[in-house]
Amino acid sequence: MQRETWINLAILLGLILVPLWAVVMDEPFTITLTTKVVILALAGVGLNIALGYGGLVSFGHAAFFGVGGYAMGVLASHAQSYTPMQIGALEVEGTKSMLIIWAVAIVFSGITALFIGALSLRTSGVYFIMITLAFGQMLYYFAISWPAYGGEDGLSIYVRNGFPGLNTLDPIQFYCICFVLLCAALLVSARLSSSSFGLALHGARQNAERLEAVGVRPFKLRLTAFVISGMITGLAGALFADLNRFVSPTMFSWHTSGEIMIFVILGGVGRLFGPVVGAALFILLEHWLGGISDFWQFYLGLILLAVVLFARGGVIGTLAGREVAHD
Amino acid sequence: MTMVLLIEQILNGLQLGVMLFLMSAGLTLVFGVMGLINLAHGSLYMVGAFACAAVATATGSFFLGLLASLAAAAAAGAIVEMTVIRRLYARDHLDQVLATFALILVFSEGTRWMFGSFPLFLDVPDLLSGPISLPGGIQYPLYRLAIIVVGLCVAAGLFWLIAKTRLGIRIRAGESDRDMIAALGVDISRLYTIVFALGAALAGLAGALVGAIQSVQVGMGEPVLILAFVVIVIGGIGSIKGALIGALLVGLTDTLGRALLPTVFGYFMDPINATTVGASLASMLIYILMAGVLLWRPSGLFKVA
Amino acid sequence: MKKFGTLAASAALLMAGAAAAEDVKVGMITTLSGGGAGLGIDVRDGFMLAIEQSGVDNIEVIIEDDQRKPELAVQLADRMIQSERVDVMTGIIWSNLAMAVVPSATAQGVVYLSPNAGPSALAGRGCHENYYNVAWQNDNLHEAAGAHANGSGYTNSFILAPNYPAGHDALSGYKRYYEGETAGEIYTQLGQTDYAAEIAQIRASGADSVYFFLPGGMGIAFLKQLADSGVDLPVVGPAFSFDQGILQAVGDAALGVHNTSQWSPDLDNAANADFTASFEAEYGRRPSLYASQGFDTANLLLSAIAAADVNDADAFRTALEAADFDSVRGDFEFGPNHHPIQDIYVREVIQDGDIFTNRIIGTALTDRADAYAAECQM
Repeated sequence: MQRETWINLAILLGLILVPLWAVVMDEPFTITLTTKVVILALAGVGLNIALGYGGLVSFGHAAFFGVGGYAMGVLASHAQSYTPMQIGALEVEGTKSMLIIWAVAIVFSGITALFIGALSLRTSGVYFIMITLAFGQMLYYFAISWPAYGGEDGLSIYVRNGFPGLNTLDPIQFYCICFVLLCAALLVSARLSSSSFGLALHGARQNAERLEAVGVRPFKLRLTAFVISGMITGLAGALFADLNRFVSPTMFSWHTSGEIMIFVILGGVGRLFGPVVGAALFILLEHWLGGISDFWQFYLGLILLAVVLFARGGVIGTLAGREVAHD
Repeated sequence: MTMVLLIEQILNGLQLGVMLFLMSAGLTLVFGVMGLINLAHGSLYMVGAFACAAVATATGSFFLGLLASLAAAAAAGAIVEMTVIRRLYARDHLDQVLATFALILVFSEGTRWMFGSFPLFLDVPDLLSGPISLPGGIQYPLYRLAIIVVGLCVAAGLFWLIAKTRLGIRIRAGESDRDMIAALGVDISRLYTIVFALGAALAGLAGALVGAIQSVQVGMGEPVLILAFVVIVIGGIGSIKGALIGALLVGLTDTLGRALLPTVFGYFMDPINATTVGASLASMLIYILMAGVLLWRPSGLFKVA
Repeated sequence: MKKFGTLAASAALLMAGAAAAEDVKVGMITTLSGGGAGLGIDVRDGFMLAIEQSGVDNIEVIIEDDQRKPELAVQLADRMIQSERVDVMTGIIWSNLAMAVVPSATAQGVVYLSPNAGPSALAGRGCHENYYNVAWQNDNLHEAAGAHANGSGYTNSFILAPNYPAGHDALSGYKRYYEGETAGEIYTQLGQTDYAAEIAQIRASGADSVYFFLPGGMGIAFLKQLADSGVDLPVVGPAFSFDQGILQAVGDAALGVHNTSQWSPDLDNAANADFTASFEAEYGRRPSLYASQGFDTANLLLSAIAAADVNDADAFRTALEAADFDSVRGDFEFGPNHHPIQDIYVREVIQDGDIFTNRIIGTALTDRADAYAAECQM
């Protein structure tokens, strides 16, 4: 087995052992923190498909994260107040069922990604980075000034949504849900990377002309990857909203896009487990440094800088060596 | 809306545009010559404003403060270039984004460490304070007029620098073929430091000029940074001319959108909804403009070859 | 990951002056880094000053920084409630963060004392027996400004606020008491720093006065630009844009401006004189509105702890409701929805030596409760 595979297994083991330890020691907050890592990692896994496999540097993935979050917020707030929502002549009941919320989050973030991707993929390079940022900002300002669902105040959901057979308010049970979804997304990501679609996508990143010469349209490939990527990040947004029982426009802000991107780069671009390591490291640093100094972001900046300058290929790239680097 | 008000709003748009040009000129030069995305450009804007506020408070002279803002931002730019940025030229955009994002954190929290969490005082100098009367009965703040004039002078100077001087020739050569001018014996790393420091100084100047009519506080550079990115993307990355046109376009669109949209919506909506919807749409307008331009011309208005 | 919790807790212990017996655990979530950190720092410092002065040693205060991010605030609250098992929470500055944290915290049996935010949802239908607001309901200062406008004879105000829920509340609060016409009503973008377009509209509108609610840096920018534009209209605002922390950055542009507040450094009572003197002695700067609210919050808590056992929820709530403490704003009592009933004053910005500060010039509203109390069913 390659070294990266061992590392990946160690990470998975860590994600199982840490919460188990927390249950034994009765440290519910550690479980909450690990849940946050898992959910943000899921968002990163989504971005990694566009960014790592497709070479599409999206600076606007907060758009999908936010759409997923608001799917949960809107549906659950209608269910909470027992008022159906009016879409034209149609009356739709809200819901507190996670399964339905996930489906809605995935579908709507997919539609958003299809729309944004179809327009943005006409550009490339820095222009692509910036136009995705622009779409993210558009949704951010829309969410702030849209009074129906709380505007800048956001929406509070008092009780976490339900999942058949589980008590989602129990931190460890909610963690299990998120962990299983992360594993599923990692499986999708791994299968995608080695499928013929994934190979073509890698090809489009490395040399688009050659691909076109053999009759494959890179645009279609990229758009598909972008939509899948957006759907996974949207699902993560719905889970994140459920973790906090709260949604707000900050989910759409460019800082969120930047952070999701940092998870991917920190862990290692294009590495299957890169986003997981990146998210874990980031959250760990945030909590550790935050306890030391009011000016902890100063140190966080220095550490991030050191990683970029001296640990190329992110954490996994440094640990596993370059032998399986993506190009 | 009266004619006088409309002219005043156009002047306001012009002033915002000129300020955005000062910010975007450095950004677009650095990208054009070195191929670097610098998210920390907004921090240099902040450095300029803080330097100006500190020196103006200590000496009582706004103009000494302006000089300090140029010097401090250029120095900060040169130091950052030599210690960090230099190592990023050969990297892909992703590493550049992460590293300069990290620089934002260092700059912001470092400034807060030095100057505290409260905004600093910086006011318009007495010489330029108050409004003046323009032909047609328009009352307009003298200081804003001064910003327009300074900005246009800087723009003219920059065009002259790039078109006519030796440094400009090297910059243009660097944009078209980096390896070739290095082979021709130009000290490329010094050229890069100079270009970066020049861009930083312009951002610092913008920060100081604007700091006098806004608030000098940590994080002030971030909203402007995003706007500057919108500007250079609309104008075509690497093009100074594009940055100027893009800046004026964004400045006018934003200002006139905010002024006109609520009124326009007022014609077919009740007033309360009109102000809300108009204000919401106005805040999204420049992003819509940018998306529109990129769909029409995927490499901006003035593409550099 | 356990050590993060203890690290933060021990840092807090140092600040609280080494608690011996740990009978009452207080969790403070406030904004200590990034933009807007000044407000959180003032609330924290005012709060800790009161704890220190009391000499009570059975209170442990755990302080955490929310960075003004609602998601982070929710997670910190979860940790304080689940892991630290705090009895009382406090500290949140912003309404949107309060809306994210308070409903679930109070539902889990934790008492929440708000030192700053007072969203209408928590005053009306969403009120809760465990929620106490020690500052004001969000609309209060705006209502007072409306009343003050009538008293000053303004009949044609131009009003503006950012386009977000607190901004909408501000303008409706103003109009609740204001009886004149509005010359114009603008919602600006949140975080906007250039107000040239709005000032041009004010100039063209023929207004006789301007009312604005633009917290933080937005207000500084607006005031400086308005002063420089030559638009010479009387300006009224809530205290937030004229408070000690930011007044120095506005400078001359604010001189003489009237603003509404439930507190002022020159408010004549013994508690306030002690507070302003000791705050300046302790921290080397003058106290702000936010520091006074933090100070009152801590003193309310101390009075309740002295009167009742925190584990006896009903008795503790009764002790809080009594509000038996010397408020730095003079008279203070809670209404039926646990929001203050208090006087709201009009202040004027003055220069005292090198320092800009405020003095009271009148009372805008006497014993004002809030517009939502009737909707509250506790």
